[in-house]
Formats: sequence, C-alpha cells, structure tokens
Amino acid sequence: MRRSAAAFALLLAAPAVAQTALPPLAYTQLRDPEQERQARALMETLRCLVCQGQSIADSDADMAGEMRALVRQRVAAGEPPRAVRDWLIARYGDYVSYDPPVSRATLPLWLAPLLLLAIGVVVARGSFRRRRR
Amino acid sequence: MSGGRDPAPGAGPRHARWLLWLPLCAFGVVLAVVLWGLFLPADRTVYSAMVGKPLPAFTLPAIAPGKPGVTDADFRRGAPRLLNVFASWCVPCVAEAPQLLTLRAAGVPIDAVAIKDTPADVAAFLQRHGDPYASVGSDPHSRLQLALGSSGVPETFVVDGQGIIRLQHVGDIRADDVPRLLQALAAARTPGAAR
Repeated sequence: MRRSAAAFALLLAAPAVAQTALPPLAYTQLRDPEQERQARALMETLRCLVCQGQSIADSDADMAGEMRALVRQRVAAGEPPRAVRDWLIARYGDYVSYDPPVSRATLPLWLAPLLLLAIGVVVARGSFRRRRR
Repeated sequence: MSGGRDPAPGAGPRHARWLLWLPLCAFGVVLAVVLWGLFLPADRTVYSAMVGKPLPAFTLPAIAPGKPGVTDADFRRGAPRLLNVFASWCVPCVAEAPQLLTLRAAGVPIDAVAIKDTPADVAAFLQRHGDPYASVGSDPHSRLQLALGSSGVPETFVVDGQGIIRLQHVGDIRADDVPRLLQALAAARTPGAAR
C-alpha cells in the first residue's frame, strides 16, 4: 500500500522534472529588446558542442537550449556579452567561439588573406606593365 | 599570342614551359590535403579547458534514495575522488557501469552528477546496473556540466584532494581505461604535480 502510494507520488512528480524540460529562457526572448539583441548576437557566435557545425542560436539540441538559457540569464543580469563569452571560452577553449581571437594558431588565418592580396597586386602590376609595352 | 608580340623572345618560352607544371603541382597538394583529411579525420572531441584548474563552486541537491547531494567541498577533503557525469537515459553510461563498480571495489570514492534526470529513473538505473556512488547530485539544467566544460554524458573527472581537476575522461570508461584512471588517481595523491 505504502509502496504503491510512493510510486503514485513519483508518477505525479515526474512531469515536473521531465528529462526534456528545458529552462524557459531556452526558447523565450528577454523582455528588454536591447538585451535580447545583445544575447542573440552572442548566441550566433557560439558553437553548439553536440552539433558542431551549428551555432547555439540555430540548434534545437538540448545542450544548445541550456547554453541559450545561460547566455540570456547572464545578459539579463547585466553581465556584458564579452564576459559571458570569456566564461565559456575558459571552460571549452576557443573552439566554442566562432569568432576566433588572434593567437599563434589562428595567425595564418588572419595573415593569409593579406598575403594573397599582396601576391595579387604584384601579379596584376606585372600583367598591366606587360600590356602597356 | 599572335606572333611577334612575345615580349622577350628566347627567355619567355622556356620560362613558360616550366610554369606549365605549376597547376598540376597545385592539384597534387590539394589532393594530398583531401586524402589526408579523408583517412586521418581530425579529432572532434571537445575537451574541457578546466583540467588543472579548481572545480567551480556548486551545490547540487540529492536525487538518489538514501544518498546525499554533491558540493565542491566534498572534493577538498584531502583524498582524490572521481566525479562522474552521467544520466539514466544515457546508453554508454550503462556500458561503463561495470568499470565504475571495479573502480569502487578498488577503493575509489566516486560522486556523481545526474544530468536532466528524475529520482525514479536514477533509482531504477542504480538498481539495475549497480551503484558505485558515494553521493549523487541532480543537475536538471546542465549548469554544473557547462561550468565543468563537459559536453556530454558520460564524462569522468579525476579531482585531487584540493579540488583541482587533474584529468578528464570523455565518453564511457572501457575496461582498458581503468588502469589509466587508477594511475591518475595515484598521481593526484601527490599535490602540486598537475598532469
């Protein structure tokens, strides 16, 4: 009797903490449009860790929802988006961000376009000079 | 190319003949990169950047019958412990359950964080697959998981007696991972020498 009563109580309690229950801020915008804009802009630069080609703004994965809620909650509490981003980078490394900082590993990424542009200028100058002759 | 317009007769054609091979070489380089990526794909595992750093402060309520919840203070009592991130709905967690029991039998204290779980499901999971845990905390919104830099279940952290994370094991613990974890736990007994 007591056992079935306990089982019934658990059955009643189950939906309240159901596995798929996401925090409300995962899919609810912030009341303040300026804060929501800031949070949204940050979400678009954060990588979903379980669906690595998507940002957390684009993903329906549970973990992306938790991360959106975290971002909105912290931005709503007045934390600057940069600080939220740094908090996540301290935990997951630069990989979590789609906006890579300049470091030794990313330096070629930043310098390669400049180098290619310089090569292009040299090649273009050479061919213009040849045509003029 | 209509005759007579060649800028430097003599030097030009020889130069151009050598250049003819350039596109083929470029193609070869691209092919090598593609084949490399095809046969040696990059490791996409997300590792935590918290290894070597102290555990974040947390207090998680109890979720398993007769067991306390988990706080970061449990990991600052001088002896290394394992922090196992798991969930009753996670299939690889079932696969690693025997290895956790082996570690428990070897005298390793293990605390657990149940991600997005219910008391009933956790109780059923522990009854069915064995219970190696000293305590189980509930993390309904993955807050501790995010604070740990963990990106999935199961994951296991070796934490030394001062609350410093020494090692992160991503994925289920296989039988051949057990010696490595025991070694890391032994190494965590000597303070200071992180990693």
